[in-house]
Amino acid sequence: MKNPIIQFENYTFKYRTQKEPTLKNINLTIYEGEKVLIVGPSGSGKSTLSNCINGLVPFSYKGDIKGKLTIKGKTPHKAGIFEMSQIVGTVLQDPDGQFVGLTVGEDIAFSLENDCVKQVEMKERVYQAAKTVGVHELLRHSPQELSGGQKQRVSMAGVMVVGCDILLFDEPLANLDPATGKYAIDLIDKIHNESKKTIIIIEHRLEDVLYRDVDRIVVVANGGIVADLTTDEILSSNILKEHGIREPLYISALKYAGCQLKKESKPSNLNKMELGAFQCAVRDWYQSVDIKEKENMNSEILKVSNLSFGYDDQVEVVSDISFSIKKGEMISIVGKNGAGKSTLSKLICGFQTPTKGMILYDGQDMISDSIKERAEKIGIVMQNPNQMISKSMIKEEVALGLIARGVAPEVIEKRVDDTLRICGLYQYRNWPIQALSFGQKKRVTIASILVLQPKILILDEPTAGQDFRHYTEIMEFLKKLNKEQGITIILITHDMHLMLEYTDRAIVIADGKLIEDNSSASVLTNRDIIEKASLKETSLYDLALRCDIDNPTTFVERFIQYDREVRSNG
Amino acid sequence: MAKLLTYSEKNTWIHRLCGVTKLIFFILWSVVGMVTYDTRVLGVMLLLSLILFKMSKTDYRQVATIVKVVGFFLLINVIAIYAFSPGQGTKIYNCRTVIFHIIGPYDITKEQLFYEFNVILKYFTVVPIALMFILTTNPSEFAASLNKLGIKYTIGYSIAIALRYIPDVQNDFNEIKLAQEARGIDMSVKVSLPTRLKSMFAIIFPLIFSSLERIDTVSNAMELRGFGKNKRRTWYSEKKFSKSDYLSIIFVILSSVIAIIITFYDGNRFYNPF
Repeated sequence: MKNPIIQFENYTFKYRTQKEPTLKNINLTIYEGEKVLIVGPSGSGKSTLSNCINGLVPFSYKGDIKGKLTIKGKTPHKAGIFEMSQIVGTVLQDPDGQFVGLTVGEDIAFSLENDCVKQVEMKERVYQAAKTVGVHELLRHSPQELSGGQKQRVSMAGVMVVGCDILLFDEPLANLDPATGKYAIDLIDKIHNESKKTIIIIEHRLEDVLYRDVDRIVVVANGGIVADLTTDEILSSNILKEHGIREPLYISALKYAGCQLKKESKPSNLNKMELGAFQCAVRDWYQSVDIKEKENMNSEILKVSNLSFGYDDQVEVVSDISFSIKKGEMISIVGKNGAGKSTLSKLICGFQTPTKGMILYDGQDMISDSIKERAEKIGIVMQNPNQMISKSMIKEEVALGLIARGVAPEVIEKRVDDTLRICGLYQYRNWPIQALSFGQKKRVTIASILVLQPKILILDEPTAGQDFRHYTEIMEFLKKLNKEQGITIILITHDMHLMLEYTDRAIVIADGKLIEDNSSASVLTNRDIIEKASLKETSLYDLALRCDIDNPTTFVERFIQYDREVRSNG
Repeated sequence: MAKLLTYSEKNTWIHRLCGVTKLIFFILWSVVGMVTYDTRVLGVMLLLSLILFKMSKTDYRQVATIVKVVGFFLLINVIAIYAFSPGQGTKIYNCRTVIFHIIGPYDITKEQLFYEFNVILKYFTVVPIALMFILTTNPSEFAASLNKLGIKYTIGYSIAIALRYIPDVQNDFNEIKLAQEARGIDMSVKVSLPTRLKSMFAIIFPLIFSSLERIDTVSNAMELRGFGKNKRRTWYSEKKFSKSDYLSIIFVILSSVIAIIITFYDGNRFYNPF
């Protein structure tokens, strides 16, 4: 007998600052011990839904509630946020921000401290919780000494220590590299199996979550629930695509091959899926896709040779790296967090001085160029637009770099207008920046770099935390810049989809060394490299293997090419 | 840089003491240090504070900058005292032994030199103890201590949490600075001061925005985990009072009393060798 633990009945919520309700007439029941995945594009209301469950709505985010919500027999807006925190444990998206303790132990203990648990009991419970997630040897470490994945595990321990019945994960994969993300999903699954707690995961990286089974997928769009089905049912339908959520790649491939997916064939798990007649269809499709000749690019724009750097004498963060980038290329630099990717980009931009090696731009050594001079050749766009924007109006922000260079006002006017047109921001030129969406802000920061007319653009995680629609919007814009303006683009990322879809070539860095410089498709089908660099192999590779295709790398390449065509036509 | 003036974990008996003990010790020590001008008392205190500083195994590099800044203020202080009241020593010690004459009312007298020597001594008795207090006290444990003394835990905790996020904000600051420099905003000494001040805004504005974002996350995270639920809370890093805590407190109270008695024994705060 299944007992409902969370029950929304005709539930409507409107934020005080907004005219329209964000959640409209929600009816949803989640049963005890279930593992439910909630997906939906940005702005669909899925975060609001989770905030209703943990009590942030209406206590931190005020607004009007209509209808009924019952969680374990309690009504959140009557019970209060503190009582709800005993029932629902929330792991927030940003592992850094929610780390409130000065050490791991203290952070895990935080809820217990607030609950006046005695110190002896507290230490024991903290140790047990830490052990479950494997951080029990780090109890005395400070947050600065931990990796992103470890911080997230500490957050998990911090909610598990309370013994809540419901665990809520808000975009647990957003800040993790692929291998760490895989580990996190595994850990959530282990917690679910061992503790029988109710688990709710909110995430738009569907394929990565589905690495382990979930009981149900709830699709949220425009403030309502558009689907509440099993994974097999969802994947057999077109619901995900219709609402701007990316399907797992192997599902897209099967659909391109003309396979009619049914829930009976169990598409939720590629390894257990009954492919049957699909194998033939996939092979036929594979043969039918023509491979286009790659454009030949000859002139070299950036050459890095034997580059090394270390903050002190003992450890080299970047060690003997050499590669070359052609004019007009779009390329990825990948590797796990802390592998040296960011340091490499800082060396190229002149923020750090290498201990050894050379960086040649157009054949000329850049070592004597200042940061400011390099910025006119190579621009860098940081991950968080809020870290770059320093003016309140779009036009002022874009003009900033030119004003600092003492360019004549008429020239500034013209170059700013031109750049805004290229970036599709011209109509907003007199808007305040705070009124823009994240994607638009990102474009403002790109515009403020482009206005200096660099030939190379380095972008650090350009799409981090973005849903499929915004991801596509940002990446298509970059592709356009690359094709139409001929700007060479270097992407620093750990998003495997991005690397596969938008860059033909990838440079893989692990422990400060370059371990591979090859086509993206072959990187993501090379087990050895994948493991060393904490990447994750693409499901297309497994599909190719299961369909007895002898060259999986070519299969991946053909899929990407086909997918690009479909998407640019559709 | 990041390690400057932050708590660093070491295993000495001073580190093992409770925050409350160290706070009481620090307060009494400073009061005595401020009240007394008795050279004998100051001398003993100086000796003790240097021994304690040594025992805390504090790395001098961690405090070097602060010591230099304090030294600079001390210098200004000493010069200012002489400039505004060159006869202060004479007034205190009731005699005047001129060594040599400079100009107008400005004589160099033995009494004035001795008085200013005592001022310098006072600085040196308090500064090592203050630095040691900061470097050997775990901020969370300190928050717990303040709470024990009856101060609301939200106050103690806000100090601890500020310390938690200082390295993160420092990091943000560096990232923003680099990004702005790449855009051509020069913050080096090469440009004039007004331009540099204006450029600082280009960093502070984004820094405020990213910090606001952070505060939002942190306060939600704290609330979701029940911060502020009860009037009281317990502390993971709280320490039990041990024998050495009681001994240290008894020691500091007794020696403060003795120091005050010695100081005031001859009627005023000063020791008069003349």
